[in-house]
Amino acid sequence: MEKFTTLTGIAAPMPLVNIDTDMIIPKQFLKTIARTGLGKNLFDEMRYTLDGAEIPDFVLNQTAYRKSQILVAGDNFGCGSSREHAPWALLDFGIRCVIAASFADIFFNNCFKNGILPVVLPQVAIDHLMEDAKKGANARITVDLETQTVTASDGITFAFEVDAFKKHCLMNGLDDIGLTLEKVTAIDAYEAKTATLRPWA
Amino acid sequence: MTAPRTLYDKIWDDHVVHQAEDGTCLLYIDRHLVHEVTSPQAFEGLRVTGRKVRAPEKTIAVPDHNVPTTLDRANAATMTEDSRIQVEALDRNARDFGINYYPVSDVRQGIVHIVGPEQGWTLPGMTVVCGDSHTATHGAFGSLAHGIGTSEVEHVLATQTLIQRKARNMKVEITGSLRPGVTAKDITLTVIGETGTAGGTGHVIEYCGQAIRELSMEGRMTVCNMAIEGGARAGLIAPDEKTYAYCMGRPHAPKAAKWEAALAYWKTLYTDEGAHFDKHVTIRGEDIAPVVTWGTSPEDVLPITGVVPNPADFTGGKVEAVQRSLDYMGLKPGQKLSEIEIDTVFIGSCTNGRIEDLRAAAAILKGKKKKDGLRAMVVPGSGLVRAQAEEEGLAQIFIDAGFEWRLAGCSMCLAMNPDQLAPGERCAATSNRNFEGRQGRGGRTHLLSPAMAAAAAITGRLTDVRNMMGEMV
Repeated sequence: MEKFTTLTGIAAPMPLVNIDTDMIIPKQFLKTIARTGLGKNLFDEMRYTLDGAEIPDFVLNQTAYRKSQILVAGDNFGCGSSREHAPWALLDFGIRCVIAASFADIFFNNCFKNGILPVVLPQVAIDHLMEDAKKGANARITVDLETQTVTASDGITFAFEVDAFKKHCLMNGLDDIGLTLEKVTAIDAYEAKTATLRPWA
Repeated sequence: MTAPRTLYDKIWDDHVVHQAEDGTCLLYIDRHLVHEVTSPQAFEGLRVTGRKVRAPEKTIAVPDHNVPTTLDRANAATMTEDSRIQVEALDRNARDFGINYYPVSDVRQGIVHIVGPEQGWTLPGMTVVCGDSHTATHGAFGSLAHGIGTSEVEHVLATQTLIQRKARNMKVEITGSLRPGVTAKDITLTVIGETGTAGGTGHVIEYCGQAIRELSMEGRMTVCNMAIEGGARAGLIAPDEKTYAYCMGRPHAPKAAKWEAALAYWKTLYTDEGAHFDKHVTIRGEDIAPVVTWGTSPEDVLPITGVVPNPADFTGGKVEAVQRSLDYMGLKPGQKLSEIEIDTVFIGSCTNGRIEDLRAAAAILKGKKKKDGLRAMVVPGSGLVRAQAEEEGLAQIFIDAGFEWRLAGCSMCLAMNPDQLAPGERCAATSNRNFEGRQGRGGRTHLLSPAMAAAAAITGRLTDVRNMMGEMV
């Protein structure tokens, strides 16, 4: 997993609430057995016509936002399915950070496993960053995980909370499984204990 | 004396393997369900790192999302190449890693969340995960069950644990009894309508109250299935006599002395008097009506007697979302829901693909025909549900009514297989998501109960099933 420390980039405004995982990556693209290559189909049905032509109004098709690395989105981003293809598609497109007032749990977790930082901020901060993002390529938003801050192009800074363990893993690009396997004796002990306590499980 | 605990607290406490100072826990997983879409990258990860499946005996796989449901599906040509590759990858992974497997050719194959309970893999007090958000279904047994992403699938395969922080407790109480024509599906949709799709975010919901107790196990599965649509990490219902009766004798349920020991443990699985809930919602069972969704979020729900709402009646980001929904759905504010004409009826899915769902739909359809020109299909949740429906004569009722009688799978719930809506096609569906494009690009989905779906098939429009129940009682 790629580390996440700081990021300064173009932010695409997507004020729609409840952007679901079917919007982020429609099911026809889940038939892959790889993790990469999904970026071209990110937001596929909002981004392309049935014939595959780009829909000019869609934010990521606009010249200013084609190289976006950040999304500023409406409430409850990533609701719906558990498909990790959603963060895979975002990452493959080049998005490393999504900022919203709230996220669906599974999507939120999946982001951290893939080097993407989901940032939760109050609606008033989202409103400010949304306006900033609307300025296009001239406005660069900076996200600093170390200091836990998001800074708009006008210099206004918003602090955010992040789980300390998740932050540690993201800043160091750590593999969860490797970390857990360091606790294998605790797992062995748990299994031995429950084999007696709950032998049917 | 220990502080009073919720059901969620108790299951959580019994599964903590390790707790770090910051509260991050390693949680033991009793059952890991696997399907073909969210697992190939996880197995590949094991291969690359040379890791094994730690507990293959607790890992159960079944292909369901991609598989065709037409009767000719044994013919590989019915599947697109990419679907076939995914299913074959699951065949191979199940074999190579030695996990429990129900291949397409097995009569027990079906939707993973129907197969788990049916085979007795899902039991009270367990932790159950699957790379699928509707894992919440298994909460009906008083097991802590939730969806995970593919990285976490790999983590569970390798370690039989999950890194978790504890969620908050939320109580959803449905008091009193349901009125005739109102079902578990109406409960779960009504709750989401009340709380919103983010209402449960960060919480585990415990459903309780008389109306929940009065539900069958299958009804409880329908309620918990859609906890995720309310944003919750999981939904739970405390086990009771109905739960034990459902589990008893199933192939993987404990037997003899182990059964007695299990039963004694299961009887401790309830929320203690005075336990703390962070959030509380109460709905009167008598106030719940048969409902349908009108928009593109499961929270867009109203009684069938209602009208399409006006975007101006909403606030914040929802104004734009509702306008977008109505444009997508081709609906106008003020339009009566019962006058919305449909093209298709889909009965099935992990929400409503069990035998009682088919019985409820067949009871409405018996001796009747679907409207001419309407496309209608029933997709049983498993091969065993299909077999039982045939034995009970339900299949014949569906066939006589003009429905297609399919083989088991997820089918048109998410339209990864050939069962899809065309652009603009309007569907009354017993599934769980009405998102844009969910059932096929441009497809329009109205979520409802199996009985309501059957009623809609007869009239060709969204219909209040209560108007058709006169002759049944």
